[in-house]
Amino acid sequence: MQTNIQRIDQANRLKKRRTTWLAWLMLLPSMIILAVFTLYPIGESVYMSLFKNNMSTFVTGPVWVGLQNYVNLFTRDAVFKKAFYNNLIIAAVTIPSSVTLAVAMALFTNKVGRGKSFVRVAYFYPALLPMVAVANIWLFIYTPMYGLLGYIAPTWRLLENVDTVQWALIIMLVWKQAGYVMIFYISGLQGIDQEMYEAAKIDGANSVQAFWHVTWPMLKPTTIYVMIITMTNAYKMVDHLYIMTKGGPDNASNMLLFYVYQKAFDQSNVGVASAVTVVLIVILLLATVVQFYTQDKRTFYA
Amino acid sequence: MKKTFFLLLVCLLLIGLVPFVQAQDVIELDMYFPVSVGGGPDALITALCDEFHQEYPNIKVNPVYAGSYADTRTKVLAAIQAGNTPAIALMFSIDLYQLYSMDVLYDYDSFATDKAGQKWLNGFYDGFMQNSRLNEKTYGIPWQRSTIIMYYNKDMFREAGLDPEMPPTTWAELKDYAQKLTVKDAAGNTTRYGVQVPSDKAGYAYWMLQTFTLTQDGFNIMSPDGTEVFFNDPRTIKGLEFWKSLSDDGCQAPGTPKWSTTVSDFLEQKVAIMYHTTGNLTNVRKNAKFDFGTSRLPADTSYGSPTGGGNFYLFKGVPEEETKAAYTFIQWMTNNPERVAQWSIDTGYVATRPEAYETQRMIDYANDFPSALTARDQLEFAHAEFSVYDQGAVQDILDTAIEAAMTGTKTPEKAMQDAQIAADAILVDYR
Repeated sequence: MQTNIQRIDQANRLKKRRTTWLAWLMLLPSMIILAVFTLYPIGESVYMSLFKNNMSTFVTGPVWVGLQNYVNLFTRDAVFKKAFYNNLIIAAVTIPSSVTLAVAMALFTNKVGRGKSFVRVAYFYPALLPMVAVANIWLFIYTPMYGLLGYIAPTWRLLENVDTVQWALIIMLVWKQAGYVMIFYISGLQGIDQEMYEAAKIDGANSVQAFWHVTWPMLKPTTIYVMIITMTNAYKMVDHLYIMTKGGPDNASNMLLFYVYQKAFDQSNVGVASAVTVVLIVILLLATVVQFYTQDKRTFYA
Repeated sequence: MKKTFFLLLVCLLLIGLVPFVQAQDVIELDMYFPVSVGGGPDALITALCDEFHQEYPNIKVNPVYAGSYADTRTKVLAAIQAGNTPAIALMFSIDLYQLYSMDVLYDYDSFATDKAGQKWLNGFYDGFMQNSRLNEKTYGIPWQRSTIIMYYNKDMFREAGLDPEMPPTTWAELKDYAQKLTVKDAAGNTTRYGVQVPSDKAGYAYWMLQTFTLTQDGFNIMSPDGTEVFFNDPRTIKGLEFWKSLSDDGCQAPGTPKWSTTVSDFLEQKVAIMYHTTGNLTNVRKNAKFDFGTSRLPADTSYGSPTGGGNFYLFKGVPEEETKAAYTFIQWMTNNPERVAQWSIDTGYVATRPEAYETQRMIDYANDFPSALTARDQLEFAHAEFSVYDQGAVQDILDTAIEAAMTGTKTPEKAMQDAQIAADAILVDYR
């Protein structure tokens, strides 16, 4: 008996080791890609953020400055501060509004009888358009006096005003994003067992109660996934700035990623651009980690 | 079966090699170029490159549209930093100091050593050479060059009881006329603004600011050597304050009207007067459904305008035959008065050589359309466009400050003082 058990134990251990090896082997391609295209560039960005590397050092080569680029960012770079703050607002507004709108649209398209696919396509197509095309469409909408909105409110100059530009762009971002998010909720809704609704009905729940006590909790995994996507989107979607405002007026619509572009390419300031990049990476990593760990425990996996 | 396959593979490989074998005979040059006006100058540039290729079959210039002037600078700098230096580029004249500090430019004087070459180099308008020469050497050859001119809608002038042949000549007149040309509906909303001088960063805010400093006895906002800026000078602040007062007094749209829509605002008759580059003249002429006129910019104490536009640059670090080919192309483009004149007629840009204005086609065109000469006539009052070391960074500071002033987040004085401090922090490295 003893030996038998030992033998099985040994075989198990061997099998385990083999599967571990196999697992590593199968992970290898994605790990290489991750290392080359994600980890190495991050390391390089961290390294380059420690140098003064701009037009004035082009001939002499980069100069080591330690953490000076970071100190400057947080103590005296007004544009960075503004972009940082703008990004927070965009995240705080676009995430809940995209999610709310997407759930509403998903529920509606599920309810609608005739022309269901037409409605879905209508909601989804903004997500298919490239951001640059979207930016040009909305540039026309927002053109004062003779743009689409100009016919309704000729005095509105939303993109030329520091108080309104951010909100005008947020509306566009939500419009673009909500249809995409809706797709996840449609599939999430299809995963909910109809029996649960029947049970709720028997218990006397009305449709609002059914939503809050059945639909919404059952959509939790989708919501977590969607939150991460919309969170990263809030920091990633900057293409429209290039077309619409260049971050202006007075940097009122600037965002961190676009600031990286401006610093790195318009101004050839690689050192500062790298420092902002590192800050951006840290923000996104933190947000993802926090979201993952705090919400995971309260999830009902279907 | 295996043999056929092998043969097929060899054939494919050989076919693949053909372009490389041929490429040795023809020198191919990629040329980045910017477009910042309407009316499709990109098609004209492509046509010119084709024409050149027909005359010089062994050189082929491939024009690569690179976006705005800033975008073109970005792309060329990125190419240089990646080790793919182009032999030639059509870029902003004001990129001179930045490119010079990077030590990537050839000067033309060392190529144009013979008499014909010298005659070519010295045959451009002096006004355009201000942004093209440095330390007695020529680094840029003027091509799509301009001054800012005032376009005005003559029909609206008549409607408002103003003489369409007497456009405003002073700041005070400009504001007075603009107020008369502004139209409001019954609810008090403005449906048409009197004047528009675009002030967005995506356009050329710093350039438009120069129209309000150079008209004060030719006061310019930077030193000729590109290491000092005068943003906090009372004259700069005064210019900006006047510009903003046009909005405050209701005859210019509030905020930062866009460079890119200013021409269509004018064509849609939503503004009566606009400041814009002469490079849009042919575009406006083709698309205006009303009678319009052009004139030099209104003066405070003097006439004045910055020059503007793009030059040809030659870059170091490429094979010699490519540089020679590029040099041949640039000379072909800019030396023939007929060609220079035709380019001016097709676009509205100023012909860069006086002799182009003596060609019959230019004389005929100007007789028919006198506005074709407005920008050239203004050249005698023209000064260098804003150009300093580390152009990208300093220009961004100034553009942002102008936006801050125009949108009211800072007073013009505060905006310019802050910009001065920020610009000095950068330029100190070059003094």
